[in-house]
Amino acid sequence: MYVYQDYDQRLLEERVAQYRDQTRRYLAGQLSEDEFLVLRLQNGLYIQRYAPMMRISVPYGMLNSTQVRKLASITRDYDKGFCHVSTRQNIQLNWPELADTPDILAELASVQMHAIQTSGNCIRNITTDEYAGVNPREIEDPRPWCEVIRQWATFNPEFAYLPRKFKIAVNAVPDADPALIGVHDIGVQIVHDHNGETGFQVWAGGGLGRTPMTGEVIGEFVAWPDLLAYLEAILRVYNKYGNRDNKYKARIKILVKALGADKFRELAEAEFAELKGGAMTLTREEVARIKACFVDPDYRTDVDTTALHNALDQHRAFNRWYHTNTRAHKKDGYRSVTLTLKKTGRIPGDITDEQLEDVADLADRYAFSEVRTTHQQNMVLADVAEDELYDLWQQLDALGFATPNLGLITDIVACPGGDLCALANAKSVPIAEGIQRQFDDLDFVHDLGPLDVNISGCMNACGHHHIGHIGILGVDKKGKEFYQITLGGRGDRQSRIGEKMGPSFESHEVTGVIGKIISVYLDNRLENEPFISTYERIGMDPFKEVVYG
Amino acid sequence: MAKVIVNGEIVENTWQRLTSEELDQQDVPAEGAVIVPLAYWLAHRDALLERAAPVGVCLEPGEEPTDLAADLAALPLVAVNFPAFKDGRGYSYARELRTRYGFEGEVRAVGDVLQDQLFYMHRVGFNAFEVRADRDIEEALNGLRPFSVTYQGDVHDERPIYRRQSA
Repeated sequence: MYVYQDYDQRLLEERVAQYRDQTRRYLAGQLSEDEFLVLRLQNGLYIQRYAPMMRISVPYGMLNSTQVRKLASITRDYDKGFCHVSTRQNIQLNWPELADTPDILAELASVQMHAIQTSGNCIRNITTDEYAGVNPREIEDPRPWCEVIRQWATFNPEFAYLPRKFKIAVNAVPDADPALIGVHDIGVQIVHDHNGETGFQVWAGGGLGRTPMTGEVIGEFVAWPDLLAYLEAILRVYNKYGNRDNKYKARIKILVKALGADKFRELAEAEFAELKGGAMTLTREEVARIKACFVDPDYRTDVDTTALHNALDQHRAFNRWYHTNTRAHKKDGYRSVTLTLKKTGRIPGDITDEQLEDVADLADRYAFSEVRTTHQQNMVLADVAEDELYDLWQQLDALGFATPNLGLITDIVACPGGDLCALANAKSVPIAEGIQRQFDDLDFVHDLGPLDVNISGCMNACGHHHIGHIGILGVDKKGKEFYQITLGGRGDRQSRIGEKMGPSFESHEVTGVIGKIISVYLDNRLENEPFISTYERIGMDPFKEVVYG
Repeated sequence: MAKVIVNGEIVENTWQRLTSEELDQQDVPAEGAVIVPLAYWLAHRDALLERAAPVGVCLEPGEEPTDLAADLAALPLVAVNFPAFKDGRGYSYARELRTRYGFEGEVRAVGDVLQDQLFYMHRVGFNAFEVRADRDIEEALNGLRPFSVTYQGDVHDERPIYRRQSA
């Protein structure tokens, strides 16, 4: 993980002092609601349906066990004993008191955490693949580049009052898009030139929410020393020309679309020409310093997998979990383990204070004290030796984190929805639970194969419904909750926005509709054909006929 | 007379800012330093330059420094208006005035200018602030220095922190 210098820590402490003063002035009536809104959002604080919601930053999803324990104590001391992993890999508290929020930030700062720019019209948390650094398919570790971008984005004075929120993701896997760069304001794809030098293909103008679309390649190959200059050029064009009259047309995607990628590129290149080679050019020394924070842990070389193979042969449940919830690792003898926070009956992504402490203990014991959050609202222990997997599984099973459904129909991504969020038009959580209850036969769930189900309670699309193979969007019709279904979205290399099925459904109809969609898939699939491929082969019509027939 | 923050000090505001509406009703006064809108400047440039007292130009959001580039050498002051503090275009404009055009005169933030924005404004090149009239300008001064650390370079020092540290 990135190791703080004195100045990183000082910055956080000064931020806490600044925010404490702003909160004081607000409570004393010296700052208006509207003025404080902007300031508190840039410190992660929303005023929500029942209480404030505080969004804590988890830069590119990385946490150490000390930080996880701190999240546990904050969750216990300042909230109701649970928090939520969001689709931006951040952690959300649902019930903090406004007056406590400066203290919460001070507690976070004591473990090198914060809530800087987790909301507001500024550059948000930088995200990447949850298996970054251990994914055998990546061409290099994207995390140092995320950290380089994080520092540039943090309190960047020119870009704190953008037309709208701004999200950047970095991906280092050549043939897949685990970071979803296709649907980010800026997506950074790490590539190597013919000399093996790192560069970046820079995308801009993707995004979900209202008017979802995938991004365009703006910079075909940006040499690594120029990364920040190139990003700054794009941000400057957006800051100057982004639409500020209409909130719903303010994202960079609308600007890129309106100008056309060629014109946008021309403007960005003109800004870039001025910045290139200047003081913001990255140096080998600085990149090396940051890279040194992400060196491999002390991997064992004596991992004996005999017992693992015996356990896989003997324990069906363990075998199923192993094949579903663990992933190949770049290092022989290791696997990455995903803890699914998707037990039926729990809000997807929710975790209690005690569970956080258990996760921290497990991380200390099995995974070099490191935990990651994922945009699918799960957690990852990235480096687990194969001869410890069986032990770990038994403990995860007891804690409820071993539901073997990663990437399957019941591993549902859902925003907190109308139960908690003031923006939502409809509930998400009961819909997720309904689907989980309907598909409670694990054999059947496994037979269905990979299937992304994403649910959002409103057009802001926090549940990423547009890129679900099956997407569900809560909509409001004359004060009543309805659900719009989309099919065929995908968040992988072929990023695509799902297609609307037709008229929306009432809440009690949704699980039945999902059942019909699945039956159409089962009737039509070829051998081993995943849902998304069947959909792309046969199209929407057969699904419509059965669902509306 | 109203106060204004210039170069970190609270001083008397010696500039009178005239809006387009005011200039529809009246001519530019013969005496005293005035700030006029860009369109007015472009239309009356020669006459304004003949005045004995100084003239500055105010940019609105959407009016970029480029529009004024040819005249910058003749101007002691460029104001950037923030009709709403949330409209951040002016930050890019100030930066552009300083780094692209090397403008060394006064760059003044006017309009909805508040304590909590001053630090960022200063970093992108504003050196003068007409704090909104209903706010305590003394207190607003605190807004200039909430942080002793900055990651990025800015118009005062283009180097990012790691270059400053190793220097």
